[in-house]
Amino acid sequence: MPDGKGGYFERLERTRVWRSVFRSGTGSSTLHRALAIQQNLFLHLFSTKVRRRMLGFRATWYLGALTLGTFFILVITGILLMLYYHPSVPQAYADVKDLKFVVSSGMFLRNLHRWSAHAMVLLVFAHMFRVFYRGAYRPPREFNWVIGVILLLITLLLSYTGYLLPWDQLAFWAITVGSNISSAVPVFGDKARFLMLGGHQVNANALLRFYVLHCVILPLAAVLFVAVHMWRIRKDGGLYVRQSEPARESEPQPEVPATDNKEVLVGKR
Amino acid sequence: MTEPKDFVAGVGSDIRKSQKRVLFVTRRTSAQVKVSDEEQVQTFPEGLLRIALAIEILAIALVLISLFFNAPLEGIADPTNTPNPAKAPWYFLGLQEMLHYFPPVVAGVLIPTVLVVALVVIPYFNVNIEADGLFLKNRRRRLSIFYVAALGFSLFLWFFDVYVALVPTLIVAAFMLIAAFSSPHSSSRSRRYLASKPVSWWVMTWFLFELIVLTIVGTFFRGPGWSWVLPWRG
Repeated sequence: MPDGKGGYFERLERTRVWRSVFRSGTGSSTLHRALAIQQNLFLHLFSTKVRRRMLGFRATWYLGALTLGTFFILVITGILLMLYYHPSVPQAYADVKDLKFVVSSGMFLRNLHRWSAHAMVLLVFAHMFRVFYRGAYRPPREFNWVIGVILLLITLLLSYTGYLLPWDQLAFWAITVGSNISSAVPVFGDKARFLMLGGHQVNANALLRFYVLHCVILPLAAVLFVAVHMWRIRKDGGLYVRQSEPARESEPQPEVPATDNKEVLVGKR
Repeated sequence: MTEPKDFVAGVGSDIRKSQKRVLFVTRRTSAQVKVSDEEQVQTFPEGLLRIALAIEILAIALVLISLFFNAPLEGIADPTNTPNPAKAPWYFLGLQEMLHYFPPVVAGVLIPTVLVVALVVIPYFNVNIEADGLFLKNRRRRLSIFYVAALGFSLFLWFFDVYVALVPTLIVAAFMLIAAFSSPHSSSRSRRYLASKPVSWWVMTWFLFELIVLTIVGTFFRGPGWSWVLPWRG
């Protein structure tokens, strides 16, 4: 934040309207910066402070943040794509064709959505393996690992349901291969498949169901679990630090483990 | 040896950071307390700025990819015209490869279910929490278990002609063998590295290796009738 007193932004920050929205005040003190996180519905998922070495690229490779980034891109491009798309047969295919030949930048929009989706699946897997190899799943972070597995499944389902929407040969047969597997589930396999497709084979009903799953149900589930996932990072003591990697070797570590007040409270439990 | 005390008591006095702290740490205290004091920065703006920057760079990369590479679109869906091969999305091709060898109830239901359950329960089993090298404790017993497991699994894959999964299994088993005959005092750095890896590391690495190999094979090396093809030959 610039320090000049006369800047437009500083003046804006001092207005009554701005201060009614952002109650953390205008200063740049540690307290103000902490309040900027704590008093914001979305940002309060994060802790107000973070260990400096956890911000380095080596610690996390930023894979969680990048996954979230692809999700943002997918939501924005996805909403724009919805403006040009009818989930019906054969109109769906014609709409996707129109993206290429009629809609301004339509092809770019679809490309960005598709490649971001692939990137998200890849990043979610990479994030999971990175967390595993750092040992960050260990207690007290067990439950957040479980939420991560749920998010992996949601991501795969999001990608899978989106795969059908262009209604081309690639889409149709990929979903047919996948849905045939579900009928191999003992006892209720065929029923599950019927429920998923709205019929005995991939048809217009399946397209509509996949559309609703892809655009409403699964994204809502993803938002919910992502929120819990990020909030749990703070609740579980911040980003995982390996005990075998000392913060700064030159500095002697205190004999008594130093904690902040929150951790003392946890210890008393 | 005297009995260790049941608790540690201390007083923190870094007045610039926080008020005076009085702290009792018992041996039953949860793992959260074992955090040592280290330099912290404010999430706003330092953390958030870095996250925003990382996402911006990713967005630029994806925009560039989208400008130069078009998403595939084939002819309109035709239920009467089955393409050969009909492939699932790339992240399911490992499973589709298994479907080639095993009945659907195994490859399509049993394997994915076992995988998901195995992933979920990882942090709840102490064997996955311990960080000691696999062969550093109970060496003889663990070595015999490893021989039986590796041999049994390899024979199983060989029996069903699953060479695609057999080769990575054998490679990982070979590295485990090297680890078994290395120690933290081995002269070579890579052997010390292998010797220090716990069993959970080996299982996950084997899974990751299989996942990569099967996905690459399914994506690039499988053609009509799920036969072997070379991707550079049309």
